[in-house]
Amino acid sequence: MREITYRQALNEALAEELERDQNVFLMGEEVAQYNGAYKVSQGLLDRFGPMRIIDTPISENGFAGMGVGAAMVGLRPIIEFMTFSFSLVAFDQVVNNAPNMLTMSGGQFNIPITFRGPNGPAHQLGATHSHATECLYANFPGLKICTPATPRDAKGLLKTAIRDNNPVLVLESELLYSSKGMVEPLEHDLLIPLGQAELKREGSDVTIICYAQTVPLALAAAEALEGEEISAEVLDLRSIKPLDLQAILASVSKTHRVVVAEQDRPYCGIGAEICYRIQKEIFDELDAPIARVSQEDVPMPYNERLEQAALPSAEKIMAAVKKVCYA
Amino acid sequence: MPDIHMPKLSDTMTEGTVVAWKKKKGEKVATGDVIAEIETDKATMEWESPEDGVLAEIYIEEGGKVNVGDKLAFIGGEGEAAPVAPEEAEAPAPEAKKEESKKAQAETEMPAPADQKKEETAPPQEAGKIEAEKPSANLQPKPEMQPATTGQARVKASPLARRLAAEQGVDLSGINGTGPEGRVTEGDVRAAVKSKAAGPSQTKAAPATKMQAGEGARIHLSGMRKVIAERLVASKGPVPHFYLNIEIDAGPLMTARAELKSAGEGSDTSKITVNDFVLMAAVQAAVKVPKANASFDEDAIVQYTDVNLAVAVALDEGLVTPVITAAQTKSLREISAAVKDLAQRARNKRMKPEEFQGGTFTVSNLGGYGIDSFSAIINPPQGFILAIGAVSKRAIVDDCDQLAVGHRLAITMSCDHRVIDGALGAEYLKELRRLLENPTLLLI
Repeated sequence: MREITYRQALNEALAEELERDQNVFLMGEEVAQYNGAYKVSQGLLDRFGPMRIIDTPISENGFAGMGVGAAMVGLRPIIEFMTFSFSLVAFDQVVNNAPNMLTMSGGQFNIPITFRGPNGPAHQLGATHSHATECLYANFPGLKICTPATPRDAKGLLKTAIRDNNPVLVLESELLYSSKGMVEPLEHDLLIPLGQAELKREGSDVTIICYAQTVPLALAAAEALEGEEISAEVLDLRSIKPLDLQAILASVSKTHRVVVAEQDRPYCGIGAEICYRIQKEIFDELDAPIARVSQEDVPMPYNERLEQAALPSAEKIMAAVKKVCYA
Repeated sequence: MPDIHMPKLSDTMTEGTVVAWKKKKGEKVATGDVIAEIETDKATMEWESPEDGVLAEIYIEEGGKVNVGDKLAFIGGEGEAAPVAPEEAEAPAPEAKKEESKKAQAETEMPAPADQKKEETAPPQEAGKIEAEKPSANLQPKPEMQPATTGQARVKASPLARRLAAEQGVDLSGINGTGPEGRVTEGDVRAAVKSKAAGPSQTKAAPATKMQAGEGARIHLSGMRKVIAERLVASKGPVPHFYLNIEIDAGPLMTARAELKSAGEGSDTSKITVNDFVLMAAVQAAVKVPKANASFDEDAIVQYTDVNLAVAVALDEGLVTPVITAAQTKSLREISAAVKDLAQRARNKRMKPEEFQGGTFTVSNLGGYGIDSFSAIINPPQGFILAIGAVSKRAIVDDCDQLAVGHRLAITMSCDHRVIDGALGAEYLKELRRLLENPTLLLI
């Protein structure tokens, strides 16, 4: 094992899959000459050449559609959105063409495409560039969604996504690109299956269900809560769809109390679905109503303090934990 | 053709006794024919057949007592026989030996926890609503207002606490919840289980010492006696009672009554009693102070537009409280007639269940038994009850500060403090006093 950044882990995943399969290519804004807006594709143009690392104009709907077309004829495109806030301009390609083609072509065309890029609010990007899109895309059948929170998960999930024969969204986090973590050595072919949550911390009093940017927040909250004699378990979903319901139910059956910490908005957010499933499957295991921590239900403010107030935080998660623990 | 089941003939009925079968086995019956007399917790009632056909089988003999929903009989078509071994849901193969089928039956009777759970998760009234759609519709009470459905406050407990309590056989209502708004949590149940195991039960008001006197008679609890026991415990426990006492000058009342008696010799006005005046005044005072005509319903106080007057009637085996609905629309004469009719029919057990339901408050009069004054227990979910004593002659100080002989009547109002505060109760009693001390007001 060695310590690398989340950015580097993604770069390794891209390079390994480009190396492994000639049909894999990367396309997006600034991915080639500029080495990526966030330097995730650093060095790939030099190594794999302009036929496989392709700069596009600012035309998300166009290059996302080209990706779907390329996938129909047998290639395995990786489409980078500079941020998933820009994927909204290509919404039709992502939610209509990519996931429906297999069914609507009577099984003739599967779409082995990967859409990837940073997702969710970062730092003072304003309302239009701060979107957490997981709850939007999770609503569409035919799309798989993963949300890595650590370098190891980023590498393992992206590699799995590229090899998947159907559309997968890899929702990265700008705020996590520079975070560091232990990852298997380069020669190790690290694949993490979609739909497998991971316990990031064990505890006995409450389960904090989280993903992506809320994972470090939940871990910080859990650590602080230890000082107040509340033992919190932190369950990182890693995949939003498919959802690892068994892992959720197992943890909740142990702790009986739940806080869902999500980076999207409260209304019809990921947490709403999770709460529904928990009470449906194991109503009798609950000792308190489930609490959710999410963004506030407002357009993301640009003002730094207001933005902080609108975002989920470790403090908000701690408060929610205390509420469900009646502490 | 179907089995017919013990019907739910009143809101509080959980079991019933077959007093008599009015049709014999094998006799033809038509929908609406009276086929049996059923004793409920409140009354004995005639029960009409819900089906056309032949009374092919009677499962419960006269005098038998079963739960609501249990099978009573089978009504078949001409020549149709009742199915054999109707109890077994998953019958073993027909060839299976009798012993085995007996065993299977015994096993199906075993799982008591399911029953307990049912009791704890739903108050009997609610469970009844589901049942209520099955049996003959014409006997289903359709009270226009139903304060009765909130009889007992629901115990707040987490789903996990409920499951644990059911598994451990712990009564949730006996546990102090430490969660928000008294919600019982897993920890509370575990603590209760522990303390139960550690020492003798604190939750049960069990007979602490066995009486040494020797048991003379053990009187089986009638349905009515059970309901009285349950409802009054449900009242005095959770309902915070307080009491307001007044003594009114009953002189004018006695005069008015005497005048009606002598002037109306032979007519029904001569039969109007002091109690009728009291009932009329209680109703009119509730019209004047509508805030008192109310009940507590978990998260709200419900005020009623109708004054539904419940009147306590003593019977040999207990008491019942028949209701005069919309009593505010009735004259003194009508109230007098209504209460006499209800009392008469209550004594003969010939009342319809809906006639016991929907009272907004109760008047209980023990004056006839020579009781000077007493405090009554509220009949939930009502907001108060009036306890009326006897009119008695007393030495009084009159308006001129002279000792004189006067008539006095003691009235005690028991209030549910969640609904009625002291000042509101006092306001009601002030109006009651004004009406009773000026009884001609009750004649207009």
